[in-house]
Parts: sequence; C-alpha cells; structure tokens
Amino acid sequence: MENINLATSARNTWCPGCGNFAILNSIKAVLGALIDEGFPREKIVIVSGIGCHAKIADYLNVNSFYSLHGRVVPVCEAIKLANPELKVIGFAGDGDTYGEGLEHLIFAAKRNIDINIVIHNNRVYGLTTGQYTPTSPLGFRGRSTPKGTKEAPINPLELMMASHAGFIARGCTHGIELLKKIFKEAVMYEGFSLVDVLQVCVTFYNRYDYYNKRVYELKDHNPEDYGQAMEKIREWDYNIDSKIPLGVFYKKGLSNDKT
Amino acid sequence: MKDLSILIAGRAGDGIDKSSLIIGEILAQLGYRIYIYRDYPSIIRGGHTFSIIRCSGNKIAAHGDAIDILLALNQDSIDLHKSRLSGESLVIYDSSTVKAGSGVGIPIGEIVKGVNAIDLMRNSCIVGAMCKSIGIEKNILEKILRGNITKELDLNLKVAFLGFDRAKEVIKIEKLDQKILPVVTGNEAIGRGLIKGGMKAYIAYPMTPVSGVLHYLAGVSGEFSLNVIHPENEIAVILMAAGFSYAGTRVAVGTSGGGFCLMTEGLSLSGMAELPVVVLLGQRPGPSTGLPTYTGQTELNFALAAGQGEFTRLVVAPGDSEEAYYWSALSMKLAWKYQIPAIILCDKTLNEGTYSFDMDPAAEINGPEPLLWNKSGEYKRYQNTENGISPLAFPSDKGAVVKINSYEHDEAGITTEDKDLTTVMQDKRLRKAKYLLGEMEQYETVKVYGKKDASTALLCWGSNKGVCVETGEKLGLRVVQPMVFSPFPLKQFKEALKGVKKIICVENNAAGQLADFVKIHGINVDEKVLKYDGRPFTPEELKNRLENRHS
Repeated sequence: MENINLATSARNTWCPGCGNFAILNSIKAVLGALIDEGFPREKIVIVSGIGCHAKIADYLNVNSFYSLHGRVVPVCEAIKLANPELKVIGFAGDGDTYGEGLEHLIFAAKRNIDINIVIHNNRVYGLTTGQYTPTSPLGFRGRSTPKGTKEAPINPLELMMASHAGFIARGCTHGIELLKKIFKEAVMYEGFSLVDVLQVCVTFYNRYDYYNKRVYELKDHNPEDYGQAMEKIREWDYNIDSKIPLGVFYKKGLSNDKT
Repeated sequence: MKDLSILIAGRAGDGIDKSSLIIGEILAQLGYRIYIYRDYPSIIRGGHTFSIIRCSGNKIAAHGDAIDILLALNQDSIDLHKSRLSGESLVIYDSSTVKAGSGVGIPIGEIVKGVNAIDLMRNSCIVGAMCKSIGIEKNILEKILRGNITKELDLNLKVAFLGFDRAKEVIKIEKLDQKILPVVTGNEAIGRGLIKGGMKAYIAYPMTPVSGVLHYLAGVSGEFSLNVIHPENEIAVILMAAGFSYAGTRVAVGTSGGGFCLMTEGLSLSGMAELPVVVLLGQRPGPSTGLPTYTGQTELNFALAAGQGEFTRLVVAPGDSEEAYYWSALSMKLAWKYQIPAIILCDKTLNEGTYSFDMDPAAEINGPEPLLWNKSGEYKRYQNTENGISPLAFPSDKGAVVKINSYEHDEAGITTEDKDLTTVMQDKRLRKAKYLLGEMEQYETVKVYGKKDASTALLCWGSNKGVCVETGEKLGLRVVQPMVFSPFPLKQFKEALKGVKKIICVENNAAGQLADFVKIHGINVDEKVLKYDGRPFTPEELKNRLENRHS
C-alpha cells in the first residue's frame, strides 16, 4: 500500500469481510498515489451519506463532509462550484442515492459537474438491518418484504446514460486491482462520473459466490461509443442471472457531442 | 401633506405590474415616498389583477382602501373597485372599451391601433394620460419610461405622448422639496442586503413570494460575482447551501412555507454541523398550497421550531425595505460569526411590496466577522471553546483537515456515541445562543413608534409595521415591533413595553402566533386583532377594527 497515512484514529466498525474494506483500500491507494504525484492533499474532499458506506468519512484522514441520507450529491456539487480547484469524491449507498436522493444524481449528471460519485451498491439496507433497495432483484425477501418484492430493480447505469452522465463504470469488491484502475480513471475524469460498485454485504446479502461466477472485465470495448456502451450496460439488468460486465462502459470525449 | 392613491387594473398579463412601478417612479421624481401593493391571482393570463400606488410626503409602508385616481383598462377595473371611489376621485379610462359614468375617457384602443402598437402598450398610453391629468411634466414621463422599457421604447414613448396630449390637466400635484428616493421591492432590498453581508452564492427553487430575489440576483450575478443556482428542488437547495458554507462561501437560500418544509432536515444539519446558512422565508397563507400569491404571517412558530433536535438559530422579521436590507446583511454576518442557521421571516406584502428605499440609515452595518483558524497546531473543526464558537478553516487551507459531520461528533469531527462527549458537544452548540443574545444588545431589536408613552400598545411584527405605525399615530397609541425572535431579546422587549397597561396584538394569521410567543415569555396580550384572508390590513380597516373591537 502507499506510504502516505490516510488513516484516522477512528475504530473501524464494518463487519469482517465487508465489501466496504475493498472500496476504502482502493480509494486510499488512488488518493495516496495522487498525493505522491503532487496533488495537494488539502484540496481533496470526500462526502458521504448515511449508511454503512458513510463511515468512510471517519476512516479517511482528508477533508470530509458526513452528510444526510440521500444527500451526498448536492453537497458535492456545491463544494465543487464554490471552489473548482477541489477534487470532490462522493460515496453513497444504493438505498441512499438510487432511492432517497435519486433526483440529485440525475440532475448532477445532467449538469455535468466535475464530481465523482461512488455507489456502494450492496443491494440491501445494511444499517437498518436488511430491507430491499432499488437494485434488489425481483422477489427479494427483506424485512419489509417478507414475501418477496413484486418490483423489478432499476438499472442505474442505464438511467445515468439517459441523464447524460459523462463517465459510467462498474466495479466489484472482489477484484480490487480493477477497482483501483476504475477509481483512478473516474477521479481523473473532468466531468460527472459515476462508479457503481457491487459491494458485498456479508451479513444481509452475501453475493460473493454469485458475483464470482458471473463477473468479467470488459475487453475490446470502446467506451466512447454510445451504442456499445448502452449494449454492455444492458447485458445485465440487476435481475437476471446473466454474465456481469465490469469496467468503464461509457466515457464521453470532452469535446464530443451530447449523445 | 396630502396622500394620493392611484389604482391601475386590468387582466393578468396586461402589464399592470410594470405600469405600477413606472407610476411609482414618476411620483418619486416629485419627491414623494411610495408604497405599491400588488394584488394578482395565481394564473398567468386573464383574471383580475390590480396595483395600488400610494404616495405621501412621509414614509409609508401600507396602502389604503380609498382611491383618488383609477386607471381603467377594462370594465372590471371600474365595476370591481367602485366602492373605493369618492365624489372627488378621478377615473381615467379607455373609452374604446370601457363605459364610465364620468371621468376622463381617452380612446386608448384606437390610439394604439392607429400607430400599429400592440395591446400591451395601452399601459403606456394610460400612464401618459394620467401624467397630464395630474400635472406631471412630459420630460419626467419620458425619463422614467426610458429607464424601464427595454422593448419597443420609441413606440411606447409615442403612445404615451399621444395619451398625454389627449388628456387635460384636472389637478396639479404638488412637487415636494425633499430627497428623491429610489423605489425598490422588498425582494430587491433583501437581495442587496445579502450582498452587503458578503453573500457570494444564492440558491433557490422558484416560489412566490421570494422568486423576485432569485430573479434580481441572477440579473446582477456578474456584477457582484455571485453563484446564483436554481437546482432540482428545495432539498438540493439547502444541501447545496451546506456545501457552499463548508467551502467557505457565504450563502443564502430563499423559499416559502412549502419549500421550507422540504428544507427542514437540511436546516437541522446546519445546526448540528455548525454550517452558517441564511434562509429567506417568505410567508403566505397556508396550510398547504393555500393562497400562493397572497400574504400571511403564518410561519413564526414553524421558523422557531423547524428541524429535528435542539440547536441555536437566529430568527428575525424585518418590517419594511430598509429593515429588510439591514437584517439581511446583519443576519449573514451573525450567522457566520456564530456558525448557525439564520431565518429571515418576511411575507408577500414585504417581498413584493414596493417601497421608497433610503439607503442612508442602513448604509453602515457594522456586523461582526467570523473567527478564523490561526493556522497553528492540529486543526479541530469543532474545537470546544468558552463561547462555543470554533475557529473556521476550509478545504484547501494547508495543514487543516476539515471534517464536517451530521452525526454527533468529537472536536475533530469524527463520529461519536459517547455519552459524556455527546453532552459536552450539545452544550457547546447551545451555548452560542447565550453569547448571541448578549451581542444582540448592541443592535436595535425592538422598535417603538406612535405615542411612545401611551399606556395602550399595538404589538406587531413584520410587514404589519407600516399599517400599525400609521394607525397608532392617528389614534395616539404606542406601537411596539420586535424584530428578533430567536434568541429573544426579552429585556429590550420589556423596556419597550414599560408603562403599558393594555396590549393589542395585530397579526396576519388566525391563531395569534406572536401573542402566544410573548405569553411563553411571561407577557400577556389583552386583545388580538387578526386578519387571515390573504390581504394585508389597510389603515382604514385597522382603525375601524380597533375602534369597534368591543362591539
């Protein structure tokens, strides 16, 4: 790992085996490298929502804003607008930002503000102990839906395509090297970027085996091609048991048209 | 000096609003003090809309029921406002479309058609006719039209002059020998005040009656280097404000009751995270959508209690354009010194009312400056100090890690659930109220008008100030107007009431929220005069209600 100490004195309370560790370690590596390369540490700001993911604000020793449930995105936007020199990275949960605060995500993508949003998508509410989220599969049995949900999940990446997001990617907490690569690219992207991370909740929805069998890294993919990106984004709809592509699906060239 | 009231009416979309402002500015050129009341329905086109432009030698902040001059562009304008006219009132009307028993008929429709002007320009024509009828010189008319009309100026001038030439002088309005004051809406005064207080970002979702602030600030954003943002909803508004505040940018938001409902979670965040945010809350009659384009004083309780948990907040309620300017600037400064949310309570009457605005008394605002980190040692965003105020640092300040937290947190901003630390930090935040209250003694927080030693007092707040002062003076009553409600300057309030034996509380709501509020502080109101039909009191109405309150 990097030499720069980005840890705080806060005691980590994530469950052993939680996918959040992979996200924390990946972002630590990416930020550490960025600082090593000369980017001023004081110009890094992270924002988190409310939920297990959000504790990352306590665990990273950089400027942070531990916000409200669903309200990561508007805080990120404002910080960037107030001081464009800052690098602003938002961490949010799927219940948090695909549910409670979905409107903000759509509008931030539409505005193409230069912020990076990382979704800890465990497809379950962890901190409130196991209810379905917008990306839980059809029939998910949670504590608020004991007989199984009757609604299919949304495909958040397709929604981001429709909202003109400039950078859309997916990673998985099993596969930290790929995660680092994606984070680095997303953080460096000048414009709105979204990284959906399939983050395993070992306590309420352990999908390690499921993902291990299905995920693959995108190869020979042109992320500047809108059609190809949409096709790959639609390969898995967060419901069917298909293969699950990982990597950068879409990356709008900065001078490209608005398709 | 004589008052003069002019009513101009037509359908929504007829340009009544713009015309009333032009008339106000014309009268201001003669040295008069102006107040304009706007009455319009919540629709874009059609319906009946009217403005009353009142001018006086003295400062005024209320409109009357009686009308001296009626400018009628359609039949409704006469039919609906007949009761406001007396034998001496002058009616100027478009004889092409309106039938009036008497008055000055000008064939405005034909004049406008004759020069191929659009219907909207009938306004300019009737304003021209009005100027001639009351003896105002053509050059004043021209000057004000030039300053206000951006589209088709020449044609508007032509139409206005044709109206002017067709009319006859009926009365001669006296020119006053006093300073000419600009005419501004309450919203513009608030916008200017916020800028004076150092505001660099304004965020709002459109909502009557405060949209005028958004429009004004968007228009001057280049001039004052402002970030003016209209995001997806009020939740984004208040959270964006938190983001700006965190980054070190002085920020305000504007909304009405419904939008403020959506902001309350963010308001509480501002209290917990100690992020200064100024909230402009324009009241109107509720509950729910209520009467969106009318006025009310319905949100005092809400402003004082909004948001979960207990936290220090500043709540002020200015009563006219100068106070709106002053308290907007000062609220921003106090919010930043104490790192708290500040709420400026206003209402449709104040926001959209138009006033003569005297910058001089308000020009020097010596508010405090925030305490900044001295850049030595380890930075702690929530350092516990005697007065509860922690030194501020912002992202990009070298050597500081600035951690903001909505959870209970330690001095460094790291989450805690420790029982002792929780108590310490809650005490730190609440302690700021005591120091803020102490600082409030430097400022005039309670005003006294009318007969200052009278034993009967009218107690009022916000935009009712104008009508109460005028009525109080007429009836020999003391008028007491508190302007700060949290923290409440009880000492100053009691001083203002010294020698008072009877308190009559005047409010634009149904429950008497101010009366209930002062009761909590041990002061009993004897009688309440309440109005909650969406319209402000007029001096005649208030006088009548006060004189007949026992019957």
